[in-house]
Amino acid sequence: MAEEVGKGVGGTTTQKEAFEAMALSQLPRLYSLARRLVGDGAEDLVQECLMRAYRSFDSLSEPDASGRWLQAILVNIFRDGLRKDARRVVEVPVDDIDEFSLYRTIADEDPLPYSDSLHLDFLLAFGREDVYEVLNRLSEIYRVPLVLRYIHGFATKEVARMLQAPLGTVLARLHRGRKLFERELWTYAQETDLLQGSEAR
Amino acid sequence: MSERPIPCSEAVRQLWHYLDNALSPEDQAKVDGHLAFCRRCCGELEFAKELQTFLASHAVEEIPSHVKERLERFVQEL
Repeated sequence: MAEEVGKGVGGTTTQKEAFEAMALSQLPRLYSLARRLVGDGAEDLVQECLMRAYRSFDSLSEPDASGRWLQAILVNIFRDGLRKDARRVVEVPVDDIDEFSLYRTIADEDPLPYSDSLHLDFLLAFGREDVYEVLNRLSEIYRVPLVLRYIHGFATKEVARMLQAPLGTVLARLHRGRKLFERELWTYAQETDLLQGSEAR
Repeated sequence: MSERPIPCSEAVRQLWHYLDNALSPEDQAKVDGHLAFCRRCCGELEFAKELQTFLASHAVEEIPSHVKERLERFVQEL
């Protein structure tokens, strides 16, 4: 496949070269999304995504949307994999988590007594790997909408379309997912002594 | 005609949808009405914004160099 798609200063740009340039520029974002969806299987998921994307590169009508296009392909592959393994779907009764408020818990427990911006400093104590670990504690049905909506910035309607789920279901899972995420942030901070030394300045 | 005020529990439950503009105009007005007099829920709202910004700041992580090399080679060999 070496179809000519345009000419630059250096000469002809083929489809293959255009795909390569686009894919390489999107690798960090694509890999980050894959890692949050499947953890250790991220590399395989990215490879599968790149293969499918290459085969249907002609269907990409807006090059500016290439990042979103690739991420949507990756989520499709992930979603199809989920369907084959329905055992991973674990609902959590809403009453178990609805009463939890991380904002109030931080204010009541005051884990950083010398902080002037207690809540923000609590969040800033979490490094990238800590956030990754906390997200991994959530069941996939809550983690995936949360990752797509709030980390990767897809609109809620887009998330529903990508996951082929009703909008109401996605909204409910986002709500529970946020609550679970907040509770796990607190639990993780306690279990790992994350805040010890955060104030030592 | 004044809206019946909603309790903190209901306002907090709706805060993220409120930030996402995902509420009906009536529910949006109820949350606005609650926030107008409840300082604690204003704190909850500010924290919800901070948490959203915090999550969005984690969109891209660094690829381990050996994985990056393998993926780059994979793209070039397609």
